[in-house]
Amino acid sequence: MTYFDDSNLATAREIISRYPRPKSALIPLLHLAQEQDGWVTDDAMRQIAELTGTTPAEVKGTGSFYEMFKFHPVGTYVVNVCTNIACQLLGAEDLLAHAEATLGVKAGGTTADGMFTLEDVECIAACTEAPCLQVNYRYRLRVSDADFDALIDDLRHGRADDVPEHGTLALVRQHIPADTGAGIVAPEDAREAPVWLARNAKADDAGGES
Amino acid sequence: MPTHAYVPHAPGYVDNDGPKIVTARFPHEDSFTIGRAEATGAYLGLKAALDRRPSEVHDEVRNATLLGRGGAGFPAGVKWGFMPPGKYPYYLVVNGDESEPGTYKDRLLMERDPHQLIEGCLIACYALGLQQCFLYVRGEMALAQEHIAMALNDAYAKGYVGKNILGTDFSVDIVLTWGAGAYIVGEETALIESLEGNRGMPRLKPPYFPAAIGLYGQPTIVNNVETLSNLPWLMRNGADQYKTYGSDDSPGTRMFAVSGHVRRPGVYEVEQGVTTFRELLYGDNFCQGIRDGHELKMFVPGGGSAPWFFEEQLDLPLEARPVGAAGSMLGSGAIVVMDETTDAVKAALRLVRFYARESCGKCTPCREGTTWEERILQRILDGEGRPSDIDLLLDIADNISPGPYPVAADPDRSLEAIPFPPKQTTICPLGPSSVAPITSTIRRFRHEYEAKITKRDSIPVASAPVVAETVAEEVIA
Ligand SMILES: Cc1cc2nc3c(=O)[nH]c(=O)nc-3n(C[C@H](O)[C@H](O)[C@H](O)COP(=O)(O)O)c2cc1C
Ligand code: SF4
Repeated sequence: MTYFDDSNLATAREIISRYPRPKSALIPLLHLAQEQDGWVTDDAMRQIAELTGTTPAEVKGTGSFYEMFKFHPVGTYVVNVCTNIACQLLGAEDLLAHAEATLGVKAGGTTADGMFTLEDVECIAACTEAPCLQVNYRYRLRVSDADFDALIDDLRHGRADDVPEHGTLALVRQHIPADTGAGIVAPEDAREAPVWLARNAKADDAGGES
Repeated sequence: MPTHAYVPHAPGYVDNDGPKIVTARFPHEDSFTIGRAEATGAYLGLKAALDRRPSEVHDEVRNATLLGRGGAGFPAGVKWGFMPPGKYPYYLVVNGDESEPGTYKDRLLMERDPHQLIEGCLIACYALGLQQCFLYVRGEMALAQEHIAMALNDAYAKGYVGKNILGTDFSVDIVLTWGAGAYIVGEETALIESLEGNRGMPRLKPPYFPAAIGLYGQPTIVNNVETLSNLPWLMRNGADQYKTYGSDDSPGTRMFAVSGHVRRPGVYEVEQGVTTFRELLYGDNFCQGIRDGHELKMFVPGGGSAPWFFEEQLDLPLEARPVGAAGSMLGSGAIVVMDETTDAVKAALRLVRFYARESCGKCTPCREGTTWEERILQRILDGEGRPSDIDLLLDIADNISPGPYPVAADPDRSLEAIPFPPKQTTICPLGPSSVAPITSTIRRFRHEYEAKITKRDSIPVASAPVVAETVAEEVIA
């Protein structure tokens, strides 16, 4: 069975190759699936299991621990309003209430047109710029009610070009070219001492070189 | 007047007049690019390290007394010494999962200066013979992931990372990996579980350090982003120079994020041990005091897990030992300042709710206890509190983090001897962290709790059916 499109399948294989054990790629591959579809489907989990030599139950077992993975469709834009302490002190609860009123959904809900999912989240590490939010993991800082409305308006009209669709995180991926990589192998194939540590002994023999 | 400035492309970061060990590149708008990094001395620390024996590099770090910046403040050079000889391969896992309430400095270090971090990782790998490095970035930090991916691609192309680095016999791969939203994954053994593709639950201790059993059962060093970001400067300038900053116990600088009710919140690089809380909160170069017309009520000195401080602790230096002796910690370098408009119970509830949400559920006192704490605080806030609730809260606290809390018969003595660091009945310190906001506020603002509870006493009995409904709801849920 195949879930990933050709380009994502190649990306998935490349990601797996960077870990000494394929299971370590589970979280990045779940992100890749979410990037392809906006959420994590059962088919995605089946193929991730195949690719990593695990079972679909293991994939879901791991994935369901983490809040960012959605196992049901969510809005094109997931709007995460921080209400943790630093933001709370500067009006985050009012901002969340305003967001609920503007979007017509409670935190956790998705608008009927499928555009927005609103979430009440924990600290997103922008505490000095409170109250703050992330939309599809892009920051908006010191957000007033008016800023919030303007953001929603921009998103509805495709005017927020720094915000990709839900599921996309970094726009640049790491690549390790085969000829410049040090070589990633399973732990059982890497029992030798790293060669450069021999410098410790050599330098001792020579009575120290520096 | 001071020349300090808010740097618009690094929102949050404020440049003060102090020494810059880890934020030197921040004022440059393109600080994260290979071009700017190379033009400002990137990878010279790596070159300096490669000219020396690995063991000498380790000695330099040990001599600098570089304290871990992730929370526990353990000296990096000492931790590095715990690797069992000969049990290869060794791994490095970089902790970039920053999610402690109020904390953000690792995000800026990753977004603004990824090459400094990569160089730090390389120096650690060279010193200890670590054969592969995983840079674990918090899932929600898309820009940090992007800048690190770019930086790694450039660094591989330039021969700084990978096979035969800079033409030497030193080879190591650095792999960017990222999480998916779970605070507990910041705990180092949970981080390793997550990296192995599992649910991010902490491992049972002992062993106390992943140096004994870490990633795939192999010896592993876990260090914080800021800790490693100090290494390039340290290798370029040496431990003696490093120790001219800060105090003897805590040399160098630290990044502090100061948020809440101050005039100029910001992330500041501050000399440890020299600067006091008062200077940081009120100084012209720093936060410039409490917002207009208000006064300080309390502050969190070191991230959501730290017991709170008040006016009388303002003159303590920003240094691990005196802050520890005063019953709290610098933790993750996050200071949250609250003025007199803040409701102590509400603020405590918000942090407790965080721990209840983020508990991984592996141990009962934490899983159940944090939820109970949250519900009790919520009902006190809702005017539904019972007179016994304060003792009940302290009793639950005692179950998670044993200490002489609930001495109901002698209320004067009841909160005198809160143990710090906390004792724990749990596998990791997350559960005990939930106790800090409760004991801090009950100790100081018991009257606020009592006022809310007494209000409930005056509610006529006729409101009883509401209680019945609540119970029914709970049974269904
Ligand atoms: C619940 C919990 C959360 C933690 N979160 C983080 C974190 O987000 N980042 C971090 O560097 N350390 C975190 N730590 C501390 C790590 O377990 C570990 O001590 C640290 O990464 C070691 O690095 P250092 O020695 O360089 O400070 C956390 C610890 C606990 C108990
Ligand atoms: S203390 Fe809480 S977070 Fe830590 S292992 Fe136990 S249940 Fe999990």
